Amino acid sequence: MNENYAVPAVALVVVATVFVGAFGLRISRTTSDFYVASRTVGPRLNAAAISGEYLSAASFLGIAGLVLVQGPDMLWYPVGYTAGYLVLLLFVAAPLRRSGAYTLPDFAEARLASQSVRRLAGAFVVGVGWLYLLPQLQGAGLTLNVLTGAPKSLGGIIVAVVVVATVAAGGMRSITFVQAFQYWLKLTALLVPALFLVLAWQGDGSPRNAFDEPAAFREHRVVRVDSGLDLKLAAPLNVTATGTVDGERYEDEKVRLTEGVHRIAQGTRLGFTKGDHVPVADRGSNGGMSTSLAEGREDRPLYATYGLILATFLGTMGLPHVVVRFYTSPNGVAARRTTVVVLGLIGAFYLLPPVYGALGRLYAPELTLTGDADAAVLLLPDRVIGGLGGDLLGALVAGGAFAAFLSTASGLTMAVAGVLTQDVLPARGVRHFRLGTVLSMIVPLMASVVVGGLPVADAVGLAFAVSASSFCPLLVLGIWWRRLTPPGAAAGMLVGGGSALLAVAATMAGFPGTGPLHALLAWPALWSVPLGFLTMVLVSLATPGLVPAGTAAILARFHLPEQVSGGQVRTAVSAKEVDA
Amino acid sequence: MSGFLAGLLVAVLPLLAAGFWLGRRTTRPRSLGGLGTPVEHATFETLHTASLAAPPLRAGLTEETARKSARRLRTLLGTDALCLTDQDTVLAWEGVGEHHKTQIMDRLSGPLENGRGEAFRLDCVEPDCPVRWAVVAPLTVDDRVHGALVACAPRESAVLVRATGEVARWVSVQLELADLDQSRTRLIEAEIKALRAQISPHFIFNSLAVIASFVRTDPERARELLLEFADFTRYSFRRHGDFTTLADELHAIDHYLTLVRARFGDRLSVTLQIAPEVLPVTLPFLCLQPLVENAVKHGLEGGTGQVDKSHISITAQDAGAEALVVIEDDGPGMDPAWLRRILAGEVSPSGGIGLSNVDDRLRQVYGDDYGLVIETALGAGMKITARLPKYQPGVHSAGRLSRE
Repeated sequence: MNENYAVPAVALVVVATVFVGAFGLRISRTTSDFYVASRTVGPRLNAAAISGEYLSAASFLGIAGLVLVQGPDMLWYPVGYTAGYLVLLLFVAAPLRRSGAYTLPDFAEARLASQSVRRLAGAFVVGVGWLYLLPQLQGAGLTLNVLTGAPKSLGGIIVAVVVVATVAAGGMRSITFVQAFQYWLKLTALLVPALFLVLAWQGDGSPRNAFDEPAAFREHRVVRVDSGLDLKLAAPLNVTATGTVDGERYEDEKVRLTEGVHRIAQGTRLGFTKGDHVPVADRGSNGGMSTSLAEGREDRPLYATYGLILATFLGTMGLPHVVVRFYTSPNGVAARRTTVVVLGLIGAFYLLPPVYGALGRLYAPELTLTGDADAAVLLLPDRVIGGLGGDLLGALVAGGAFAAFLSTASGLTMAVAGVLTQDVLPARGVRHFRLGTVLSMIVPLMASVVVGGLPVADAVGLAFAVSASSFCPLLVLGIWWRRLTPPGAAAGMLVGGGSALLAVAATMAGFPGTGPLHALLAWPALWSVPLGFLTMVLVSLATPGLVPAGTAAILARFHLPEQVSGGQVRTAVSAKEVDA
Repeated sequence: MSGFLAGLLVAVLPLLAAGFWLGRRTTRPRSLGGLGTPVEHATFETLHTASLAAPPLRAGLTEETARKSARRLRTLLGTDALCLTDQDTVLAWEGVGEHHKTQIMDRLSGPLENGRGEAFRLDCVEPDCPVRWAVVAPLTVDDRVHGALVACAPRESAVLVRATGEVARWVSVQLELADLDQSRTRLIEAEIKALRAQISPHFIFNSLAVIASFVRTDPERARELLLEFADFTRYSFRRHGDFTTLADELHAIDHYLTLVRARFGDRLSVTLQIAPEVLPVTLPFLCLQPLVENAVKHGLEGGTGQVDKSHISITAQDAGAEALVVIEDDGPGMDPAWLRRILAGEVSPSGGIGLSNVDDRLRQVYGDDYGLVIETALGAGMKITARLPKYQPGVHSAGRLSRE
C-alpha cells in the first residue's frame, strides 16, 4: 500500500465533504430561478442521500472481509441490509412520512400522545446510534492503520473530529447533497477498481476455485502474524518461520507443523509456498470487523442465519439516521418512490463487496490468518494489479472507505445529537445542539479507544437487533394496529429492545463462550423481536381504556394521501368516532 | 478483556439511566417529609395532592381528564368512592361501589338544575357495601353548571359535606382556567384570520396600480403579473388549514416579490439560499411572508426619505431538529427600544403589526422559546431569525388535529 497516494485521497475526500456541505445550498439571485431554489428534493436525489448515509464501513469493508473469511454464507448480510428497505417500503415509508414526524421519538409522540413513550424511544435512539457509531470509528482506525501504520485509534479520532467540527459548526448546511455525493463516491470507489480487478482476474485465466475449502495460496507468501493466535491444522504443513512457534524460537528456518493446534506468537513471520492450504486460525475476539461471532455461527448455522435475516430485515426501519432522511420527501408517495430507488441503488452497490471478498480469497488468503480481513478491499488493488495503477486504485478505495465513515458517522451524530438536545439536555433558549453533537460522539469514541479490539461487524448486527426488537414493533403496530396503547408500546420497547440490549452486553462481555445459550445471545433477534411484538400486543390489550383519543383520525392521516386527508375526510372521521 | 469492558459499558449505561430516573421520581415527595411540624407536613401533603390533580383538569372536563384527576381528588377527600359527572353521564368513578352509578345519576337532576349541593342516603342490597351516603357538589363555570362531584361515604358527615364543597369549588376554578385557555386559543385563531384579511388592501392597490401601468406598454408582462397576483391571493385567502409547508410559503413569497419588483424594478434585489431538506417543514400559515413584506417596506419605503437600493436575503438552513429561517435587509434599521415597544404591543405603527403578530403566533404554536429574534440598530439594517421545529405535536400541514 503506497501512502503517498492514499493519504492525499483521504484528505481530498474530507475536504470535498466539508466543501459540498458548506456550499451545497441552492442559491438564487434573480427571481426567475427562485422556483428552482425552492423545489423540494426529488426521489432520486433523496434516495442517493439515504443510500450514502446508510452504506457504512460495515458495508464497504466488512462484507468483503466476511465473505473472504467465512465464504458465501455471509452473502446474507448484503441481502439483509438491502431487504430491510423492502419491509420499510411495504409497511412504514409512506405512513411514517405522513405522520409528519422527524425522528422516531416524534413518531411515538404523534401516534401515542405520550411524553414518557417519547422519552423511552429517545433513549433507544441514543443506544442504537451509539452502538452503530462504534464500528464506524473502529473501521476508520483500521483503515488508517492499514494505509499508514498509524495507531488504530487515530483514524476514529480523525473521523470524530471532522464530523463534530462540521456538524457542530453548522457546516453541514445541506446534508442531502453531501450524502448523495458520498453515495456516488462510494460506488465509484468500489466499481472502478472492481472492473480492473476483474480484468486482471480474467488475464490470470479466471481461476474459479475461490470457495474451495480451504483456501490455498497461489504463490509464495510471507505472512506476519500481528497478534498471537492458534493455528488448527487438518494436515501437516511445511512453513518457513521467523519468530516463535509453539514456544520455540526460529530464525528463517523450515518447520514442519504436524496435525493439530500450534501456538504462533505475536510478530512471527510465516512463509508459505504455492499451493499450501491456508490454515484455520483459532482465535478469540481480537480481530477486526470480520471475525464475527464465529463460534455461535458454526454451532448453529441455521439459527444464526435466521437471526441475522430477521435483525437486518426488520432493523433497518429503526435506524435513527435513516428515518430522519424520509422527512426530506415532500409527501408519502414521494417517500415510497424514494424507497424504491434506494432499493435499486443499494442493491447495485452490494453486488460489489462480494466480488472483493471472492477475489480476496484467491489473491490474499492470508488475511484470514492475520485478522485484518476487513482490509481486503484496501489491499487487493495493490496485490492484484500493483504498480502505479494499483496505487491509484488503492487510493480511490481508501477515499471511498473514508467517505463511508464520514457519511454514516455524521448522519448518526446528527440524529443522536437531535434527540439529546430535544429530550435529554435541559432547554435554555437556543438549545445547545453543539453540546449534543459533542456528547453524541464522545461516548462511542471513548468506547472505541477503551475497548480497542471488539468484533465490530457484530456491533452493527447487534445495533440492528436492538432496533428490530424495539422500533419495529412500535412502527409496525403503531401504523397498522389501532388498539395500541402507550403502556403497551413502552412495555414492548422495554422488553424487546431491553432484552436484545442485555443479550448484546452479555455477548460483548463474552459471558457464555459457547453452547446454545451463546448462540441465543449472539443472535437475539429471533426471539427478542417476537417477544417485543407479543409484549406490546398483550399489554395493549390489557389496557384497552388507554387507547389515545383521536387514534382513528391519526391513523386516517397516516394512511390517506395528503390531498385527501386535508379537509373533508376529517369530518367523516370524527363522525365515525362519535359512533364508536 | 476489552470485550468484557464493552459489555459492561453497554449494560451499565441503561442501568444508570434507569436509576437516575427512578431516583428523581422517588425523592421528590420525600424531600417534603423532613420539613416543619406534623400540621405543616399535612398541609404540604394536601397541597401536593391538589397540585397533582390540577394539570389534567386544565384541559377541560372529559372522560380522560376526569379519570386522571379523580384518583388524586379521592386521596384529597379520603373517601371510599368519588365520582365526577357531566350533565348527563358519570365520567369517572374512583373507588368501590360502582353499582350506584345509575342511582346517583337519577338523583343528580336536581342539583345539576339549581346548582346547589345536596347530601342523600343510598339504598343498597349488598349488606357489606361501604357506600351508604353520597354528597353532591356541583361544578360551576361562570354560573353555569358543568357537572358534579360526588363523594360517597359509609355514614353522614358534616365534615365531608364541607370538604366536598370546597374541593368542588377548587375544581370549578380549574375548569374556569381551562375555559380561559380555550378562549385565549380562540382569540389567537381570530387574530390569524384577522392577519389574513390584513395583507390585502395596501398591497392590492399597489399591485393593481403597477399592473395597470403595464397594460398598454407591455400587455404580456401585465398578463403574467395578473396571474402572479391571482396565485398569491389564492394562497393568502385560502380557508382550510392553519399550517402550510415552507415550500408553499416560499412560493407565495416568490409571487409576492415578483409583484413588488414590478413596482420597484432594479431598486430591489433578492438573494435566496435554501437548504432543500427543510422545505417540507410545517409552519403556521403566512408567517414568513409578513416578514419579507416588512423587509421590503423597511428597506425601500421606511425611514427618513427614500432609499435608492435595497437588498434582501432570505436563508433557510437545516439545524438538526429545527429549520432556521433568516430574513435580512440592508435598510435604515430601527431603534431597538422602539422595536421592543412594538413587539410588546404598546405602540402599533404601520407595518409593525405584522411582526408582533408573527411573533405571537410562533410563540403560541411552538412555545415561548421560539419567538422571533430581531437584530437591528439605526442605520444597520435588520435581521430577523425564526426557528421552526421540524416536528411539533398538533402541527401538521394537512390541518390541526384536535385530540378531543
